[in-house]
Amino acid sequence: MRQRIGSKLIEMSQVIHDPGLIDSMLTASRPQAVSALLRYFRDMDTAEEAYQEACLRALRNWPQNGPPRDPVAWLIMVGRNAALDGTRRQSRTVALPPDELISDLADAEAPLVERLDESHYRDDVLRLLFICCHPELPATQQVALALRIVSGLSVSQIARAFLVSEAAMEQRITRAKSRIAKADVPFEAPGPVERGERLAAVATMIYLVFNEGYTAGVDPARASLCDEAIRLARLLLRLFPTEPEMMALTALMLLQQSRLAARFDSDGEAVLLEDQDRSLWNAKLISEGVALLDKAMRHNRPGPYQVQAAIAATHSRAGTFAETDWAGIDLLYAALERMQPSPVVTLNRAVATAKLHGPEAGLAMIAPLEKPLSGYFHFYGARAAFLQQLGRSAEARADFDRAIGLATTPAQAAHIRRHLDHLAAEE
Amino acid sequence: MLYTLLCYNKEDVVWSWSKEEDDAVMGRLNVVHEKLVKEGKLGPALRLLPTTTATTLRGQDLVIDGPFAETKEQLLGFYVIDVPNLDAALAVARELSAANPTSTYEIRPVALYVPEARPNAPKDRVKAY
Repeated sequence: MRQRIGSKLIEMSQVIHDPGLIDSMLTASRPQAVSALLRYFRDMDTAEEAYQEACLRALRNWPQNGPPRDPVAWLIMVGRNAALDGTRRQSRTVALPPDELISDLADAEAPLVERLDESHYRDDVLRLLFICCHPELPATQQVALALRIVSGLSVSQIARAFLVSEAAMEQRITRAKSRIAKADVPFEAPGPVERGERLAAVATMIYLVFNEGYTAGVDPARASLCDEAIRLARLLLRLFPTEPEMMALTALMLLQQSRLAARFDSDGEAVLLEDQDRSLWNAKLISEGVALLDKAMRHNRPGPYQVQAAIAATHSRAGTFAETDWAGIDLLYAALERMQPSPVVTLNRAVATAKLHGPEAGLAMIAPLEKPLSGYFHFYGARAAFLQQLGRSAEARADFDRAIGLATTPAQAAHIRRHLDHLAAEE
Repeated sequence: MLYTLLCYNKEDVVWSWSKEEDDAVMGRLNVVHEKLVKEGKLGPALRLLPTTTATTLRGQDLVIDGPFAETKEQLLGFYVIDVPNLDAALAVARELSAANPTSTYEIRPVALYVPEARPNAPKDRVKAY
């Protein structure tokens, strides 16, 4: 019997010797652990240092003792003790017990776990994310700060994702940190209205993280931001399981991410939705996204993320581009126009309307948009496409030329050049 | 004897696996699956979507977003049903709940369905006891 238990232990420790496993456990635990430590110490730097120390101890302890049952609680407790121990040593008092005792565990963990119930985690994590959304911080700093503090990406990883130097990113994050250090961080538990407002701000920031990655193309350092955003959204969804817009935001990102393998060709050039090989779409992500959207809509509390996720889901359901339910998409964009009026939404709607009622209808719909969208690549791209379909080649060419001038990525410019080649070939 | 093997893990970790990591695990599992198919041992198998997609029905009217979270009740059985959406699944759960009112039903969409592979699988109901 003893023999068998011994060999079982060896098996377990072999499993945990896989450094990837410890890494992913630490990554998954980080938002909850750091945010609980922040509540305890009320100081971001102390919380981060305490968490770092806990991680170092985990890397030493877990391979030998096996991972704790509740890694988050372990990291909080060890991090807190490490930081307190430091303070006590400075004031020459008695040190706390070594964490081998804590890692040995069940008994030591239980009381802490009881105190750290889910509702505490919830508001802790939300607070940590919300701090990063401070309205005085520009969007790029909010995103950088969240990735550094909440996701725990290294400064060099974030710098690569934003295509800036490590020194510049270091400076950006330091500046953002000092700005929020001066701000009042609300540590009392939020009321329902405030909680809703925080969630909305945090949802916007998470979608910003996603879009940074989504528009980045094939660069893996940047594209990983999409995974990070989805991870944060899933975490929030577990903590706030009844928020339809949170379900829908997660669904929207999953549905967009499901097309990743089809969105770029082997040269890294963007492939338009209509030309994508739909067999490359990730069916698992689609089913998760559709299931979440389905859940969200049951609440009968429509919101912009639900509408956008429904548009994405309509594309996911179409076996081919020709089978796309344009009438459904047109209606959904009309709903989005009412909720969040914006020329870009109308432009998107015009594409659906043109599919339904022809290019003249699309042109008519976007006619009033030229002024607000005069600097927008997609406006001239879309108008040129309508004009081309109507055989108005000269005007189409002029708009394609304008679009090239406004392209922000080489892929966009290359795409327009292909259209110009088409036009030339037609003549 | 028929057995059900229920697989547990940390979903925040598993659902953060990269495609390569996920494929590697699924590849190793598929080797086992194929062996079990050859041995005529494998019945239907499922991979579930994460608990964030779950909805729970208590009684006829109490619909809760999220998984079944009580620790005082135990898993006693499960159904696989084929319906178009969550509302239809909830309707089935309500029928079951009406017949068995003290039970709670967690509705969890399926990510991957591996069908029955035993060549002589009984078509009639099977009692394991």
